[in-house]
Amino acid sequence: MTFNAPVLNYTLLSPILILLGGALLGVLVEAFVSKAMRAVTQLSLTVGTLVLSLAQVWRIHNEQSMSAAMGSVIIDGPGVLLQASILIISIISVFLIADTDHFTALAAALPGSEEERHSLESGNQVTEVYPLTLFAISGMMLFPIASDLITLFVALEMLSLPLYLMAGLSRRRRLASQEAALKYFLLGAFSSAFFLFGMAYLYGYSASVTYAGIRESIVGGSGNDVLLLIGMAFLTIGLLFKVGAVPFHAWSPDVYQGAPTPITGFMAAATKVAAFGAMLRIYYTVFANAQWSWSPLLSLIAIVTMLFGSLVAISQRDVKRMLAYSSIAHAGFLLAGVIALNKAGLEASIFYLFAYGVATVGAFAVVTLVRDSSGEVTDLNRWKGLGKRSPWVAISFAGFLLAFAGIPLTSGFIGKFSIFSAAYESGAKGLVIAGVLSSAIAAFFYIRVIVLMFFTDPSQDGTSVQLPSILTRATLIISMAVTVVLGVYPAPLLNLISHFSTFIR
Amino acid sequence: MITSTTLVYLIALPLAGSAILLLAGRRSDKWGHLLATALSASSFFVGLYQLSLMLGRSNSERPITQKLFEWISVGSFKIDASLMLDQLSICFVLLITGVGTLIHIYSISYMSHDPDRRRFFAFLNLFIAAMLLLVLGDSYLNLYVGWEGVGLASYLLIGFWNQKPAYATASKKAFVMNRIGDMGLSFAIMIAFATMGTVSFSGVKEAVDHTSTAALTGIGLMLLVAATGKSAQFPLQAWLGDAMAGPTPVSALIHAATMVTAGVYLITRSNFIFDAAPTAQLLVVIIGAITLMFGALIGTAKDDIKKALAASTMSQIGYMILGAGLGPVGYAFAIMHLLTHGFFKAGMFLGAGSVMHGMNDEVNMRKYGALRKFMPITFATFGLGYLAILGVPPFAGFYSKDMIIETAFNSGGAKGIILGCVTLLGAGITAFYMTRVMILTFTGKSRWDDEAHPHESPWLMWLPMAILAIGSVTSGYLLSHGDALVNWLSPLFEHHGEHEELLSPMVVSGLALAMVAIGVAIAFVKYSRNEVASVAPTDVSIFTTIARQDLLQDRFNEAVFMQPGQALTAVLVKTDEAVIDGAVRGVGRVALGSGSALRGVQTGFVRSYAALILLGAVALVAAIWVVTQ
Repeated sequence: MTFNAPVLNYTLLSPILILLGGALLGVLVEAFVSKAMRAVTQLSLTVGTLVLSLAQVWRIHNEQSMSAAMGSVIIDGPGVLLQASILIISIISVFLIADTDHFTALAAALPGSEEERHSLESGNQVTEVYPLTLFAISGMMLFPIASDLITLFVALEMLSLPLYLMAGLSRRRRLASQEAALKYFLLGAFSSAFFLFGMAYLYGYSASVTYAGIRESIVGGSGNDVLLLIGMAFLTIGLLFKVGAVPFHAWSPDVYQGAPTPITGFMAAATKVAAFGAMLRIYYTVFANAQWSWSPLLSLIAIVTMLFGSLVAISQRDVKRMLAYSSIAHAGFLLAGVIALNKAGLEASIFYLFAYGVATVGAFAVVTLVRDSSGEVTDLNRWKGLGKRSPWVAISFAGFLLAFAGIPLTSGFIGKFSIFSAAYESGAKGLVIAGVLSSAIAAFFYIRVIVLMFFTDPSQDGTSVQLPSILTRATLIISMAVTVVLGVYPAPLLNLISHFSTFIR
Repeated sequence: MITSTTLVYLIALPLAGSAILLLAGRRSDKWGHLLATALSASSFFVGLYQLSLMLGRSNSERPITQKLFEWISVGSFKIDASLMLDQLSICFVLLITGVGTLIHIYSISYMSHDPDRRRFFAFLNLFIAAMLLLVLGDSYLNLYVGWEGVGLASYLLIGFWNQKPAYATASKKAFVMNRIGDMGLSFAIMIAFATMGTVSFSGVKEAVDHTSTAALTGIGLMLLVAATGKSAQFPLQAWLGDAMAGPTPVSALIHAATMVTAGVYLITRSNFIFDAAPTAQLLVVIIGAITLMFGALIGTAKDDIKKALAASTMSQIGYMILGAGLGPVGYAFAIMHLLTHGFFKAGMFLGAGSVMHGMNDEVNMRKYGALRKFMPITFATFGLGYLAILGVPPFAGFYSKDMIIETAFNSGGAKGIILGCVTLLGAGITAFYMTRVMILTFTGKSRWDDEAHPHESPWLMWLPMAILAIGSVTSGYLLSHGDALVNWLSPLFEHHGEHEELLSPMVVSGLALAMVAIGVAIAFVKYSRNEVASVAPTDVSIFTTIARQDLLQDRFNEAVFMQPGQALTAVLVKTDEAVIDGAVRGVGRVALGSGSALRGVQTGFVRSYAALILLGAVALVAAIWVVTQ
């Protein structure tokens, strides 16, 4: 057996390679840069890396290649769009992460221990969060362009492992944060097992781990269908876990609540883009010819997810949990784009992912600002009258909520409208009806929060809105601007997406 | 058509002024009024410059356009935001910016004690910009934007002193009644688009030939509804009297000289539609005739000087609408009367403002008297406006109004005789009520309260009045000398054969002057020979009582529209609360209940979450098995 030296196209892989390089540099920074300089060095290194990577994505945006890494990744229009979305969302998330008040001083210290108190007093910071973020982002970047199951799994773990850690870094309510991290890890491992199991079945079905090989077997129809179906189901479970679809969603409210808010925002937005990106590629290319077998079940899951997310969100009293359930509902809406299985569906999904991701980061940015003396206030009852005390912050939060609800003149409306019309076009009428119905239910709790903020008298319990730092302000302004501009004048982005969104296979 | 790059400055200058004054807030209190006046004046000079360019071109090349940007592009439906300046719009541009600038100057002094003077000037500039957009838009849709813009500015300015609830109510009334007219305009646009596929003036004009008369009549009637709303014509006239709640310069600019004449502009601009829809055109004439009598009758009984002038405005616009309804021969005369009216009525309103200024804001003419001695300049300028509106030669109104009366007589048949008589009678009544205003205000014995100290207004106020008075004297002659305006506008209107002359111009002028003389004489006998009571007498004829109540227009509106409307809304509110809110609350309650129940699944134990995932996986595989069997 001869061994062929791998041939890599470094230009096409450069966005990911730059991120990995930046992350490794970040580890070195941890070791060699003085404590006083560390935070600012890490922040500039991370933002610089992300911007550089985005520039590289821009440089390769017209490329199409199946052979960038020996057939393990595909560079094509949708891949580039998703990578760019992930990077943009990451940049505005990093601005939030830069507020060190959210992170513990020493992650390894026992909550409430002498050691923790000491490190708090000496002003330590977990600047490790920056390289962790970059590692996670590089995994997310690889996830939607992977073109064989091994790479897909590696990317999945690359993005997940840092996130497990990051979820446990909260400065306040540390036990809850660590519990969330552990839950996320255990359940993540559990779902990874399903994922691997599915991979094995698919290999058994097609004797191949590449997307192309599996697709050929499905097109040829020669294999054992039981292996295919079980393989598809288990692989799907792994992906549905990541996007938080019912019944694989249970981790998300606890983790969203426990994790430091900037991490929650990052996770909610960027992970969704990556996971749905991979899912779109797999279903649109690999499994497309087996649509008859998965489409009804995925529709059922989508409907249940939408309705469940919207219904349970209503009874939430905690803003982060409410946003978690809202994100579950949105996973259901996004599944409609996968099920549509037409070009319009792909375009709508990419638009939706970007618009939703940006609005999500913006919404969590607002959550980081509402505080009292012991940290963030996430109890919705204490958000009463926020609009009277801090009109700008409240108005932007209202804007994001309206976008989530899909009210016209926000990006959410365009997203929902295009995704539902794509699904309708493909004949999934029941799905569209359920989607519109759950949107109506969801609007109830979004608007209830707006009423709470603007039409209720403020409570006198020391809740106040932190004056946003320049970086947080940048996040808020960028995400608000994107949300409004995409709602009012979405044509340029829709045209761009339409121009690029064809998977090559 | 020649394209221009400078048209936009006409609108942009005052619009920028409005934006600066509103955004800069109190910081611009010191200089805001000066900036606004300067910008309005520069817009006027741009207008003059455009006129000079236009005069240098041959008749057919005079209209120019400027495309600003592509506004709407949906499928085959494309609308550009474009401006068009032609012989008709330039008249309006100069009237709006010219009279507008004079009124800006007047307001500097008139509003000098008001803490919100800057806001007032911001709104004035906004109005100028919107009104210019109205007359410069090259399609009905662009016009509509300006139409709504002047409505907004009018609303803001009528309610400028909104700390007084009555004033706020007046602005609301004007706004609501204008909405009815606006709805007419939007319907007209919709019908035009549905039947012709275009809403630009040039497009509609071309499409008229192959459009059914029914559609054209529909468009015409809807345009007429729009015109009655904006121009305070019967049956949507009731808001104009209350609109006098606004500061007097506003009454002069918006509710006398410019905005209220937008309906005349709309009808004249749409001449191709009305010429092809005789029914609509006839209705235009009827509305004009009714309103001119309606306004004139109300004018005879008003003691409030501004309301008397407002009634007169209503009546004079009735003349214009009537003229515009007479078809190609009438359009130019309607515009001529509009222009001369712009001078003399704005001048008289400013005069009224000057009187109020000297009389502690008293508006009741029964508390005036003998002001001639104390306010000689105001008396002189107001007097020239008075002679102009009466139609005494050689003042402005003589030329413009007599032309309308003459055209009415010559419009043929019984219609001509009826219209001619109505316009003649209107002229007589006008003479009566205007003479009454003059006598009550400026002559006779003083009837004012002890604390009043009448005095002449400062030069910043009387200078605009003087300039407008010059216009009241000369504009009629200048516009009609050698048929100047008629020839200027003639390329825009279709021409038909000459009508036969029922009465010669000399006869008409003689009749009109005779009517005026009778009106003046009656007023003299009634108010100059007898003592005028400083409190309005109550033992008056039923006619006076009715006229004092604006011929019961408000009672009518309340009984016919408001009360049924309120009843309808009450029913709708009940239905909304019981049915729709009930359903919404029900859905909310069900959702909340099921949400709380489902929430129970979220135990917080990682083992139950894992079990849920496992259960899900098993269910999924089972379902696949079921589906694929």
